[in-house]
Amino acid sequence: MSLGNQFGRVARFFVGTAPRRFASVSVLLAVVSSIAPTKDLFSEWRHYQRRYVRMIRNRPDAARLERRFESGIHQIWIPEQHVVDRCSTCHVALQEASLADLRKEPFRPHPPMPHSLTEFGCVVCHHGQGAATTVQEAHYSTKAWEQPILPSRYTESSCGQCHMDVLEGTPRLNQGRRLLARYGCAHCHAITQPDGTLVAPVDEPPSLEHVAEKTTREWIFAWVKNPQAYAASSTMPNYRFSDQEAADIASFLVAQSTASENSRKELKRAAPPPGDDAAQAGTSLYGTLFCSSCHAIQNAAGNLVGGDLAPELTRVGSKVNPDWLRRWLQAPQGYDPKTRMPRYRYDEKQVALLSTFLLSKKDDDFLANVHLPDSDTASIARGKKLVADYGCTACHRVNGVNPPESFAPDLSRIGSKPLFQVGFIRGMPETLPDYIAGKIHDPRAFGPALKMPTFSLTDVQVESLTTALLAQTDRAVTMPPELVRTTSHAKYHPGGDAGRLMEDLRCQSCHSINGNGGDMAPDLSFEGSAVQRKWLVDFMNNPNTLRPALIRRMPKFNLSEAEIKSLSDYMLSAYQASGFDSQALEASALNADAAARGKQLFYTKYACQSCHIADYKKDKGYVGPALTDVGDQLTPVWIYKLLKNPNALNPGTVMPNPNLTDGEARDLTAFLITLKAHPKGGTT
Amino acid sequence: MKRVATYGLVLILILPGCTARRAAGPSPTPKAYGTQLVEVSGGKQIGGVGSKLSDPLVVQVNGADGSPVPGALVSFRCVGLTFNPSDALSDSSGQASVAVQLGGIPGSYQVLAATPKSGGGTVTVTSHEIALGYQEKLGKEVSEKYCTFCHDPESTPERVSNFDNLTPPSPHQFSDGNTLNPMSDADLIKIIADGGPALGKSPQTPAYRGTLTTAEIKAVVAYLRAVADPPYPASAGK
Repeated sequence: MSLGNQFGRVARFFVGTAPRRFASVSVLLAVVSSIAPTKDLFSEWRHYQRRYVRMIRNRPDAARLERRFESGIHQIWIPEQHVVDRCSTCHVALQEASLADLRKEPFRPHPPMPHSLTEFGCVVCHHGQGAATTVQEAHYSTKAWEQPILPSRYTESSCGQCHMDVLEGTPRLNQGRRLLARYGCAHCHAITQPDGTLVAPVDEPPSLEHVAEKTTREWIFAWVKNPQAYAASSTMPNYRFSDQEAADIASFLVAQSTASENSRKELKRAAPPPGDDAAQAGTSLYGTLFCSSCHAIQNAAGNLVGGDLAPELTRVGSKVNPDWLRRWLQAPQGYDPKTRMPRYRYDEKQVALLSTFLLSKKDDDFLANVHLPDSDTASIARGKKLVADYGCTACHRVNGVNPPESFAPDLSRIGSKPLFQVGFIRGMPETLPDYIAGKIHDPRAFGPALKMPTFSLTDVQVESLTTALLAQTDRAVTMPPELVRTTSHAKYHPGGDAGRLMEDLRCQSCHSINGNGGDMAPDLSFEGSAVQRKWLVDFMNNPNTLRPALIRRMPKFNLSEAEIKSLSDYMLSAYQASGFDSQALEASALNADAAARGKQLFYTKYACQSCHIADYKKDKGYVGPALTDVGDQLTPVWIYKLLKNPNALNPGTVMPNPNLTDGEARDLTAFLITLKAHPKGGTT
Repeated sequence: MKRVATYGLVLILILPGCTARRAAGPSPTPKAYGTQLVEVSGGKQIGGVGSKLSDPLVVQVNGADGSPVPGALVSFRCVGLTFNPSDALSDSSGQASVAVQLGGIPGSYQVLAATPKSGGGTVTVTSHEIALGYQEKLGKEVSEKYCTFCHDPESTPERVSNFDNLTPPSPHQFSDGNTLNPMSDADLIKIIADGGPALGKSPQTPAYRGTLTTAEIKAVVAYLRAVADPPYPASAGK
């Protein structure tokens, strides 16, 4: 029997007569129209929901869990944020805290977080495709949707889409943002943040307009070749220049250098005391002037000792011209008007001792093998071209080369960069976080002709920077403005004669005033309400720290009496907190009885001596400042108000609010103002 | 005969597919065997969920005489953690070192390192690594700002410990599981919010009710549960 015959018989059976034709078509229709419901019946999400129902049956709170469970597709819809999230269709127990002991997805409840699920949905923080209802489409890259779930180590980046303020719960994001500013990423890349402001670099790369006064062609060559060989803590990246390129750049930088204001000043010299005495005196002067508050030096064990606000000085003697150093110590702003270094009023002897000490900090091996041929015009011209091509002037001021414009790609939306625009290296995971991390770790691996240099960063720092950059998403740009938590961008600078003096002393390099300045030293915005005039004058004459355990301390500026008067007049009148009428505290309430009750509260009920020293003979607490002369230092109203709410007057303080009654705060104030240094006054 | 050949061909075509998938990480062949396994470093590290730990986990294989054994196979296993490599041969000093990436779920991860013995069987050593989620990270930040001055006896360049300046009873370290695990969450929250006297303890622990939010106080408790050693029961056994 042939195949054709068989087919003919089957066809005749189904469509031979009209009723048979009708029946066949009906059956076919029924089968076709049941395909979709059948597919749905066996869909992944139903499988998970059935598993969930079976799982909760065996739990002690089964009745409650079953009552709260609804079968079917679940969806969180937030039109203004373009959120259509069906994740909770399979992750059905996101809000069931009683299932916290589960160790496997998809039924774990969401861990505690600062927002509710229905407020932002899921993909705002976790990325992925919210509308999908299969595991593959929701979590992984597909042709239609290429941004997969964000790996959990980068989740903090999502907070950064709205939050410009520093959150305690996002240490990685915060570190990443600090690094973006500190490593000068924003000198070359424009990075617009969700609040519309640009990331502002906080590093201050030195001006090179007068660099020939400061150092030699050989040093510039060695530095440009490998900055970390000179100072391990340097944030200057490595451009992997060839010897020829580095020599050309050094030739050009020396050739373009002009005379600074400092070089026109006569240099007054005092001969340093001879020999060992000078070394000894220089070392101890470096210590007593608290240079290490900002500068670090590597000790014999190879550890950096000191602050990171200013350049490391481990090998400074191999770098600087001795005369430049002496002039710099006398007037840093005469060489670089934008430097953060204050103008200390060092006398000639101090300059001689300090420069002797600093010049002894050298490494003879550093330049031992650097022998450059004489500079010529061809080399200088090549160097100028390199300086322009590599965008050196995006960071440094150089004569004859203007800062480049839009030098590097804008990173404002890097967190949403389409993957088809990304050139991956063969073999690397093809995801955006891996691309960003790889690019930061070793940019030239993505192409030898790329100009981006290599930064010396640890893996953790790379992860933090990646987190900060992943926050720069399309979504961040389109967030409703009322959701964006911004920070202040205050640009306060003090005015008048005292203001000029404070600029000269660079007070705001360390102190913040009215929202502008450094965070190394106490905020001075309310200093006028806090301190007594005599104490302030004494302190500026001889700044002894209130926290002897700290490495960073206020240096001595050697101010004149007139300067101190000008500064204290200004601070006491301008830096006042509001609502400081002394009515809040009647002087008569601060009597001896109150002081006795206050002492009892201090030592027994509140155990203040755990953190503060009121009496050097018995107390040892070292967290807060010593209070042994607080009666000389602070005003009674300030003490009272600080005790009532420490954070209101001193934002960010470690001191907890002790929740005192008015009476207790008065008694403690009465006790504290009895703590004075010496009957004759002054500080110890 | 023809049919057997066809089935054979199909089988030959299918098999490489199976083996290729299974052979993702071919484990190296041991060249030597030890009798003892000890942890050298890299245990009890703390990191954010899903992040790579900063230091590798290092274990050492020793022989019967206690001397290090090079070339022994060490396998690292833990549900949720990723090891690179997960099977390694010990180096010339008898040590095997692996990079560790934490899982996405916060809590304590028990790591099992194992090395085969020459006569069959294995010797093992356990270690644990700690992954912090949002809440535990918040708790860590809060406790490093307010608590570690007194609760951590170690000083750092940025923070001089106040531990030795206190009068007894001395504060407990947050990792002190033996003391803190038996305490209930409610008691820990109370002592943080209302100070030591709230539980009849020293007033040297101040009250943080007026300083920290309830969420922050709960976060501190979640953090000290996460770093507890021995691990806190609720987060143990993974």
